[in-house]
Amino acid sequence: MSLIGSSVKRVEDKRFLTGKGRYTDDIKLPNMTHVAFVRCPNAHATINNIDASKASEMDGVIAIYTGADTAEVNGVPCGWQVNFKNGDTMKEPKHPLLAHGKVLHTGEAVAMVVAETLAQAKDAVEAVRVDYGVLPAVTDAKAARVDGAPIVHDDAPGNLVFDWELGNPIADVDAAIANAHHVTKLDFVNQRVVPNAMEPRSAIGHYDDALDKYTLYTSSQNPHLTRLLLCAFVLGIPEHKVRVVAPDVGGGFGSKIFHYTEEALVIWASKKINRPIKWTADRSESFLTDAHGRDHNTVAEMAFDEAGNVLALRVKTYANLGAYLSTFAPAVPTYLHGTLLQGLYTTPLINVHVDAVFTNTCAVDAYRGAGRPEATYLLERLMDTAALEMKMDPAELRFKNFIPAFDGVEQAGYQTQVALQYDSGNYEPVLRRALEMVGYEDFRAKQKEASSNGKLLGIGFSTYIEACGIAPSAVVGSLGARAGLFESAQVRVQPTGKVSVYSGSHSHGQGHETTFAQIVADRFGIPMEDVDIVHGDSDAVAFGMGTYGSRSLAVGGSAIVKSMDKVLEKGAKVAAHLLEANVDDLDFAEGKWTVKGTDKSVAFGDVSLTAYVPHNYPEGLEPGLDFSSFYDPTNFTYPFGAHVAIVEIDKETGKVSLKRFISVDDVGNVINPMIVDGQIHGGVAQGVGQALHEGTIYDESGQLINASYMDYVMPRADDFPSFEVDRTVTPCPHNPLGVKGAGEAGTIGSTPAVMNAVMDALSPYGIHDVSMPVKSEDVWNIIHSNS
Amino acid sequence: MIPSQIAYQKPESLEEALNCVGDLGDMCKILAGGHSLIPVMKLRLADPENLVDITGIPGLKEISDAGDSISIGACATHADIANSRPIHSAAPMVSKAASMIGDIQVRNFGTIGGSIAHADPSADWPAVLLAADASINMQSRSGSRSVKASEFFLGLFMTALQTGEIITSIDIPKSAANANSNYEKFAQPASRFALVGCAVAADNSGDALADVRVAFNGVSATPFRDGGVESALTGSGLNDESISAACGVAADGVDVMSDHFASSAYRKSMAAVFAKRALKGLS
Ligand SMILES: Cc1cc2nc3c(=O)[nH]c(=O)nc-3n(C[C@H](O)[C@H](O)[C@H](O)COP(=O)(O)OP(=O)(O)OC[C@H]3O[C@@H](n4cnc5c(N)ncnc54)[C@H](O)[C@@H]3O)c2cc1C
Repeated sequence: MSLIGSSVKRVEDKRFLTGKGRYTDDIKLPNMTHVAFVRCPNAHATINNIDASKASEMDGVIAIYTGADTAEVNGVPCGWQVNFKNGDTMKEPKHPLLAHGKVLHTGEAVAMVVAETLAQAKDAVEAVRVDYGVLPAVTDAKAARVDGAPIVHDDAPGNLVFDWELGNPIADVDAAIANAHHVTKLDFVNQRVVPNAMEPRSAIGHYDDALDKYTLYTSSQNPHLTRLLLCAFVLGIPEHKVRVVAPDVGGGFGSKIFHYTEEALVIWASKKINRPIKWTADRSESFLTDAHGRDHNTVAEMAFDEAGNVLALRVKTYANLGAYLSTFAPAVPTYLHGTLLQGLYTTPLINVHVDAVFTNTCAVDAYRGAGRPEATYLLERLMDTAALEMKMDPAELRFKNFIPAFDGVEQAGYQTQVALQYDSGNYEPVLRRALEMVGYEDFRAKQKEASSNGKLLGIGFSTYIEACGIAPSAVVGSLGARAGLFESAQVRVQPTGKVSVYSGSHSHGQGHETTFAQIVADRFGIPMEDVDIVHGDSDAVAFGMGTYGSRSLAVGGSAIVKSMDKVLEKGAKVAAHLLEANVDDLDFAEGKWTVKGTDKSVAFGDVSLTAYVPHNYPEGLEPGLDFSSFYDPTNFTYPFGAHVAIVEIDKETGKVSLKRFISVDDVGNVINPMIVDGQIHGGVAQGVGQALHEGTIYDESGQLINASYMDYVMPRADDFPSFEVDRTVTPCPHNPLGVKGAGEAGTIGSTPAVMNAVMDALSPYGIHDVSMPVKSEDVWNIIHSNS
Repeated sequence: MIPSQIAYQKPESLEEALNCVGDLGDMCKILAGGHSLIPVMKLRLADPENLVDITGIPGLKEISDAGDSISIGACATHADIANSRPIHSAAPMVSKAASMIGDIQVRNFGTIGGSIAHADPSADWPAVLLAADASINMQSRSGSRSVKASEFFLGLFMTALQTGEIITSIDIPKSAANANSNYEKFAQPASRFALVGCAVAADNSGDALADVRVAFNGVSATPFRDGGVESALTGSGLNDESISAACGVAADGVDVMSDHFASSAYRKSMAAVFAKRALKGLS
């Protein structure tokens, strides 16, 4: 049986489940020191004075650094440049390693204490006296744009990072909306959420003066990019002198893509003191400093004709990017959000306008889905709201507006109004299947029955598309990316026929060690145990662009395929020599080359051995069987799907419970269905989390008042029913595996489905919107002020 | 992260422990399950110089039948209590509340003595002990004393416990009311402590309800018995009308807490809802 499409158990799970994963904080280097940071308790303040005299005399304290010490060093750069509409360069103030003169958000580091033990470092942190001059703060993007709002960076007037527009001319869109039969309008906040990876960020900097080389161990999704940014932009260390290792990483959800100040600081300071330095965030630091997600303040309007055809879409968003620009921040509300506003619909006119805004908050950057959930949320909320307002069936409204099927081979890809060309799609079947699974026909009867039992039932839909497999380098380059987005892979066949694969993708929960091994074992016809996947070490892996944007299989997997092609091409030459046959007369299957029409064959392992012991060997052919490839995709991939949620509301308390969740996703070809299901489940949990549970609360002064698990609601297992998951398969036409990516789909589709279900349940009360996360009290108020 | 400089002792007898806490006074903290104390130490909101771990003291963990009451050792864990048969028959609300605290790990470590000494207004034990008319037994080097739950909880994180005292046990009277008791909580969605917790006990063996006790935690800074609801029910039958009428006055006149999960108005309404649900569970 082919390994492709088989639910092989994850090979990495044994070490994770037995506590033998090796995370950055598990690493102990000889002579290692520890870091704790003095972090500012205010959101916006001048630093008038730092007195570390007492702290520096405390037991075990080795060094204390402040912004004055790091002023000589560059700041942490932004990896994506989006310009103003008028062509001006975006505002990109320095993001210093330690605040210097001013702090711009709560939790920003103002001093770094290095000590023999962590306890000593923490004790000394408490003895550092900082005199702050507290300034008024602004935390909301829309409020930050109002005249007279506190200014975060003096050189960014009106707190504007850039303004940005995409789509059809606004005049055309305005006219279509003005003349439409019906316009549905929503004015809402897509709230800020905290990624909450289980493993807090951690970094060890080690300068080895004997070799004049640095090693950074870091909990990163993206070790090579971290090295590039660290070397070329921040510290100016030659890149070949730095090794970055991202060992086992306990979840990232986007927050560990980026290069953070602490990584640069431990490297910088380790040279100063000539000893290794470790820093691991505690949970409070994670809440305050891991790049957050979402935070859009949006007005969206969708115009319809009488029959329910979408005529136009107009979107205006204020995107909160926080106090400093994180690595990918500018791309998220623009090229990952605006470009997705076509959705699955034939909308002929679309215009989106974004103000990207500085505020006195933690940076906002890509968080599972990144921009695409925000786009999907507004589209899908508009769809269900319009159906309600126009008294149409929400499923029928979607069927009416779906882009017709196209495979991207016989039929061309679909050119959207917002710059993308969808690769392949067949949208109707996913929604049909979801309706079948949910038993839509019977649902309305059940809904009536529930209402007589003190419960409100609601059903909500969401049909989404996402752009994954990020991304063609030239395309993203033209859109402002300061890096390429290809992937590299080396396939090294060892003399014994065992295979080591060095992948630039980084696995931190996705199961690459299993999925990639399946692909290789299947192709070479060898057991999976004979394949080892190596990742996360810049000294082992040639280069990598890391894991995010559901890109690992589509881009990283394709790079592996390219290298395997090269292995088999060369292997065939060796085999032909051994078999005394012509290369063209050979077939490769089930781990051996066979001369067509004969029983003469030679096994993969024998060819491998011959390649390394080339005694009887083709003339002129290099020994060895080891190939590297870089794969740069020609397009994004476009997974899609339909999600349906059923919620129940307890009328007495207003508490919303998720009763059923149906998801039918099309992620192209599937290598390991169990892993894909797992990705969908986890994604759905996070998307539901945003709808019903999660969200930051900043107070007036800029304090994040729910920065702990006592106050920040994380969804838990008992908040969920068993998910009902199915899929259709529309292969990607432009990568060799035909895969589209599955890491973010669950998060992207689920949030609006749940919110639409809540709104459906509340429809007897004439309510069309409540804010996320849905609070029991808000729902209770709706029910009890109307009845 | 725990501060570096802490002296830790684990006495092997109550006497030794009483001497330790007597000598050290405010310089020490008693450590039981550590599930309230350690988190505040990690946040450096508490910074004791000495820890006196009382979990090694024989007998302090015991749950025993003392004839007209059940005696629960202060170091009995929530899990021990949830799994105790004698407690379940004497006062089902006690078992139920125990089983609703935190998760398995918390229940396996956290103790009833630690919880009530900590006196978080949203913890589950206070309402239950109030409704059970429990007594809290404390001992110091100079003697022992016992106070009713109603005199023990004094305010936000404030109790009648004095420096140098250790809670040794809690007595749950065996009464007709306690045998017919229930606890319901509306969990705060993040911490799962009680946004509103309501414990009820009532003797329904006669013609009308007697010995009615209704207590709340989570509602105000101090857990309290709700005299209004109790008197509305006393002398009436247990039915939908009497329950509705009584719950209508739940938390009347009380200074109700407010936070980002529940305003005081909403919390007060939920007090009525959860009192109703608790009462409907009685027989
Ligand atoms: C994740 C989590 C979830 C939780 N969920 C809930 C919940 O849903 N409901 C709930 O009610 N609680 C909850 N708790 C709190 C839990 O019940 C604690 O275990 C309990 O509050 C404290 O008991 P302890 O034995 O751990 O006490 P410790 O933390 O050891 O001590 C707490 C305080 O009591 C003092 N102390 C301890 N024992 C004695 C004694 N015998 N005499 C005098 N003083 C003493 C200590 O000095 C300290 O001040 C939760 C805790 C956690 C960590």
